[in-house]
Amino acid sequence: MPGPVTSAPAPVAGAPALSLQGLWRRFGQKVAVAGIDLEIPAGSFYGLVGPNGAGKTTTLSMATGLLRPDAGTVLVHGVDLWAHPTEVKRTIGVLPDGVRLFDRLTGAQLVTYAGLLQGLDRPTVTSRTRDLLAAVGLEQDADTLVVDYSAGMTKKVALACALVHAPRVLVLDEPFEAVDPVSAANIREILHQYVAGGGTVVVSSHVMDLVQRMCDHVAVIAEGHVLAAGTVDEVRAGRSLEERFVDLVGGRITGEGIAWLRTSSD
Amino acid sequence: MVAHLVRLKLTLLRNGLRRSAWQVVGLVVAALYGLTLLGLAGAGAVGLGFVDVQLRGDVLVVVGSLLVLGWWVVPLVAFGVDATLDPRRFVTFGVPRRDLLVGLTIAGLIGIPGVVTTLSALATPLAWWREPLAALVALVGAVLAVLACTLGARATTTVLAPVIGRRRVREVVAALAILPFIFLGPILSTVAEGASGVGLESVARVLSWTPLGAPWALAPAVAAGDWAGLLLRLVVALATLVVALRAWSWALDRTLTEPVSAGGDSRARGLGWFGRLPATPTGAVAARAATYWLRDPRYAIAVAIVPVLPVLLAISAPDGAIVLVAGPAAAFTVGWSISADVAYDGTAYWTHLVSPLRGVADRWGRVLVAGSLGLVLTLVVVFGTVWYADRWDALPALLGASVGLLLTSLGGASVVSAAVVYPVQQPGENPFGTKQGASAAAFTSQLVGFTAIGARGAPTAVLALLAVVRDSAALGWAAMGVGLVLGTVVLVAGVRLGGSMLDRRGPDLLQKMRAFA
Repeated sequence: MPGPVTSAPAPVAGAPALSLQGLWRRFGQKVAVAGIDLEIPAGSFYGLVGPNGAGKTTTLSMATGLLRPDAGTVLVHGVDLWAHPTEVKRTIGVLPDGVRLFDRLTGAQLVTYAGLLQGLDRPTVTSRTRDLLAAVGLEQDADTLVVDYSAGMTKKVALACALVHAPRVLVLDEPFEAVDPVSAANIREILHQYVAGGGTVVVSSHVMDLVQRMCDHVAVIAEGHVLAAGTVDEVRAGRSLEERFVDLVGGRITGEGIAWLRTSSD
Repeated sequence: MVAHLVRLKLTLLRNGLRRSAWQVVGLVVAALYGLTLLGLAGAGAVGLGFVDVQLRGDVLVVVGSLLVLGWWVVPLVAFGVDATLDPRRFVTFGVPRRDLLVGLTIAGLIGIPGVVTTLSALATPLAWWREPLAALVALVGAVLAVLACTLGARATTTVLAPVIGRRRVREVVAALAILPFIFLGPILSTVAEGASGVGLESVARVLSWTPLGAPWALAPAVAAGDWAGLLLRLVVALATLVVALRAWSWALDRTLTEPVSAGGDSRARGLGWFGRLPATPTGAVAARAATYWLRDPRYAIAVAIVPVLPVLLAISAPDGAIVLVAGPAAAFTVGWSISADVAYDGTAYWTHLVSPLRGVADRWGRVLVAGSLGLVLTLVVVFGTVWYADRWDALPALLGASVGLLLTSLGGASVVSAAVVYPVQQPGENPFGTKQGASAAAFTSQLVGFTAIGARGAPTAVLALLAVVRDSAALGWAAMGVGLVLGTVVLVAGVRLGGSMLDRRGPDLLQKMRAFA
């Protein structure tokens, strides 16, 4: 449909890959995200950590066009996502958490589907699908229905879908959950190569150790607020990320513990 | 412990109601329905008290047996047993087996079907108000019958769970389950004809010795003074309970130690429709939809009535033109089948949402597949019924009405599915599970959609009807022209409107569907 020509938005050189400005989102009575500001520099490997229910998934959903913010702006390379969704969505790859896939398709069909929806031509989609399935180790299972995949395989095929259109920004919600250590190492390598090639990766995770080793930037989120953000070294300030995280978020219970749990006492 | 389980069930029910207003509406509707049934049962029992003792016993045994059979079989094919208290959730608590079984049995009666069944059964002594001893025995029989209902349902569902749990089996059963409902009319009329003769008495006599009818046959035996019969039937009824309890307990042990597996891998060579349809976003949506029409039983079930309808119409009115209605009906059924398509996608819809796909392309992709299938089915049914009724003069009118209705309903469905999502069975989910909270939202959107399509389709329908009734060729051709033009306009407008609604409201639809899960 030839819509009216509204100033075709072009990426702004030097703008951050992803810029979240004053994001708010409320579900009923509960405020899930309460004014989040975050600058994710182009070419960074950015970790998003926070306790359960901190608003990570909500934030990432709003940053990728899956959830409409109540207030606030999302800029991807300087272009407003919610004002120009069609243009911006070509430049981001998304792996959401807690959603289904079109799991009655085979792995190869699903990646092909994602590629064709992005408007790629058939030869490109075919060769990229093959490359991606090989890279995530699903060659043998390309013709198996996704419904019969294990949880880890499902994460991997979803990652392949997120990569098929060679996005400039990759937003992954809990990409390593249920993935075995070998596959996780393979995925980390793919992501590192992607960042080395100029791409930007945003991942959310519970695993502090993983974020500390893998990412160069990190933001700590709790109760819908950003508690700390910057390079990993800035945020952890000489200690381990896990210690710093517990400090920031609080909630560690210290003291005598539960006396009757000591089975040796009787 | 038993009290705990019952209280847990009540708490779950109350929390479910607090979560969504639709569930309250659903419960109220179900309660009204149940009260009506209960009123009928009570009035029926009192009424039976006035008829001959022999007939009274026979009716109670046959109706009661159907009730027990319903409890045993319906959960397997239609609604599923209430899984809110899944025994597997209690594995880690070390609940004594006896308490668990008793608690689950009683908890299974909490809910509209359980309450209605219990109260209806307890109303049967009213039929014996003139024979106090028989009434007393009927009360015992009623309790035994209710226990047979709930224990039997638990036994059949738990014993057959490993078979039903396999995906392929579930899909086949789900597809077959609809057949009895389609043929319910003919079956009932045949049964009624048979029963009105000598049938009822002999049927009741046989049933009274089976686990289904034995508890209901206790009071008639007392009334007839058949004490040996009473004793033997009491043995049958009690043995039924013991066997059901044993079977349930045994199957429970098995499910607790050997979890149900979903069944073997299924594979498909190559890209299928993705290699055949054009490599555009619209083509991709169409390829995905076509694949799902073939692999997802929910779509097949939606149109399962189409091949059956003309046969039913032909049987019910062998020498009328009524059978010609099958063509437009088939067109509407297939066209309307995509009216919950986004809800059928479920949260997998995010794949569309993260891509630069325009809503219009999404709509056209889905319409192309349903429309192609609908066109083929409609043409086959129209030509078939016209040939059967030998009304070739009505062909233009019928083609106009049918194809017009197909286009109109596709357009309407394109808007409705972009406007409303409600909980539906997800692919791979137990098709026997119930979806709470779906009914009212689904009902409202369907009603609005029907009305809108009715209004848009009325001009064509009236012209076609006049053409068929008055044997007018000119009106027939007019119906064809109006149907095609009006249908095309509605389709294009519906796709445009639905597409722009998706562009605006897509994220909100996804958010709603995430909240269902």
